[in-house]
Amino acid sequence: MALLEVKDLKVHFPIKGGILGRTVGWVKAVDGVSFTIEPGQTLGLVGESGSGKSTTGKAILGLTHITAGSIYFDGEDITKYIGKNRSDYRKSVQMIFQDVYSSLNPRKRVLDIIAEPIRNFEKLTKAEEEKRVHELLSIVGLTPVAAVKYPHEFSGGQRQRIGVARAIALKPRLIVADEPVSALDLSVQAQVLNYLKDIQEELGLAYLFVSHDLGVVKHMCETLAIMHNARFVELGPRKEIYTNAQHIYTRRLIAAIPDTDPDLREKNAGRRDLLSREYEENRDNFYGEGGQVYDLRPIGDGHFVAMP
Amino acid sequence: MQETLLKIKNLRTSFRIGGDYFAAVDGVDLDIKKNEVFALVGESGCGKSALALSLTRLHNPNFTRIAGEVEFDGKNLLALPEAQLNVIRGRHIGMIFQDPLTALNPLIKVGHQIEETLTYHTNLVKTERKERAINLLAEVGMTNPALTYSNLPHELSGGMRQRAMIAIALACKPDLVIADEPTTALDVTIQAQILDLLRDLQREMQSSVILITHDLGVVAEMADRVAVMYAGQIVELAPVRDLFKNPLHPYTRSLLASIPSTDEEINRLHVIQGVVPELRNLPRTGCRFSHRIPWMADDIHEETPTYHEVSPGHFVLCTCYKKFDFAADNNS
Repeated sequence: MALLEVKDLKVHFPIKGGILGRTVGWVKAVDGVSFTIEPGQTLGLVGESGSGKSTTGKAILGLTHITAGSIYFDGEDITKYIGKNRSDYRKSVQMIFQDVYSSLNPRKRVLDIIAEPIRNFEKLTKAEEEKRVHELLSIVGLTPVAAVKYPHEFSGGQRQRIGVARAIALKPRLIVADEPVSALDLSVQAQVLNYLKDIQEELGLAYLFVSHDLGVVKHMCETLAIMHNARFVELGPRKEIYTNAQHIYTRRLIAAIPDTDPDLREKNAGRRDLLSREYEENRDNFYGEGGQVYDLRPIGDGHFVAMP
Repeated sequence: MQETLLKIKNLRTSFRIGGDYFAAVDGVDLDIKKNEVFALVGESGCGKSALALSLTRLHNPNFTRIAGEVEFDGKNLLALPEAQLNVIRGRHIGMIFQDPLTALNPLIKVGHQIEETLTYHTNLVKTERKERAINLLAEVGMTNPALTYSNLPHELSGGMRQRAMIAIALACKPDLVIADEPTTALDVTIQAQILDLLRDLQREMQSSVILITHDLGVVAEMADRVAVMYAGQIVELAPVRDLFKNPLHPYTRSLLASIPSTDEEINRLHVIQGVVPELRNLPRTGCRFSHRIPWMADDIHEETPTYHEVSPGHFVLCTCYKKFDFAADNNS
């Protein structure tokens, strides 16, 4: 059974207008998205800013309302619990945030930051709690001394590892990682990605990995979903997406990744030009009226593409 | 050999922290040639932006000291009076900044911001300036330049704002454009468009570009020559092909090894030990990268590192590149 199953998820936000503040329209941030995540698996969610990928992650965590659709965790529909007690689910699903400077409370010690989720759900003595925090710190490669320090005493990469330690404090089964390394330098990014992989293996975690960086996503995820205009345009195994992309949007996205081989420069620029022209010409074959993305349909090997 | 456009001699930029000055750029010598794209690459805190802003003295003089020489058009920019420097800024040297939303004035129409440069540096009359601004907006790929002309910055998307910035920087057809992380804030598809645009315009106008970035992919796509910076120094300088085909300095090689590649299936990425040292704690003697590769013996470094030319135009700092070996690192 799938760990997480999302069915036809929709999140719409009202646009208020006029002097009476009536709803004059809707922003469809997520408009009919379905996917599953198996235990221990990583699903990469890729798209440009405004495509709805972060909103999808937030909806799963219950951090935003859901307009329609259902979310099953372990076979149980968690959307019906909205606003009510669902502490089991809250324990099992955690989040890692993008901005390591605003996601840690600057006035709390690392000990309190990491212990906060534990205190919410478990009754531990001071000594037990400290022991647990030290264990968590060692998992992410920090020394126990870190527990009595404040966030500003750490570098960006160390901060993100504190964020990771907090996320795994309750032994969750799914972590939503929203652009966890976008704000980090290359070498620090490598370090955090390595830790995320190690922890996944050790704890059998599943990730929903939200990112706009196709290199990072390819490194981390077995399955990829490409999001555009609030819907999935393509979903499939990593290899299929990178070598056999069918949707014009996915192909453009992959062609846009800067290559580290200077010899391929002209070829890449040419390919981008070609795709850009093809995009203009064949837009109607890939998008319905008003830029609506079609429903996904299977083309084999677990590969789905949004075509009419 | 191409002509030299800008010559940097022993540039040293220091910032005041507490009561003391600490050099963020520590003795850099560089020649920027005419009609080339020169990339400066490194992680945050390596001094690449500090270097670029020093060239046109954009640092706050109250807590910055700049020593050395920047020779441009027969003048030393660092010794030039402010009024004369203002003639060069915008007219001969254009700047593109990372975040177009903070670099553009939110209260002034995009078109008028382009005209501002023209007002300072040309004798065009009002109607000519407007015409030129609209032409520029068309050149940078705006689909409806007349409309964009009267838009305010917040009405444009990130990519369009960056195009407007480029239009401002190129308004007077400068000889040199300094682009400080021009695409870092943009989506990857928009980034590709902006880079393609920058390269096309650079070729067309035959100007030079100093491109500052932390993204080695962007370097490979854009640059003719590359300088890799670490802790205020240039550790490797090479033509772009040499740098990617034959990277030598341990820092360059470590950076390249930590990129999550889209081509190969590697399970673990290389991690550089330790962190980029803070400005106050920069090692000022010996090889500055030595403490990031502690598994290598001390005697592979030079006591006072010097540049070694390994092939024409390919320079490496310190001798440690000869013996450096990833495999000897037991921790990764």
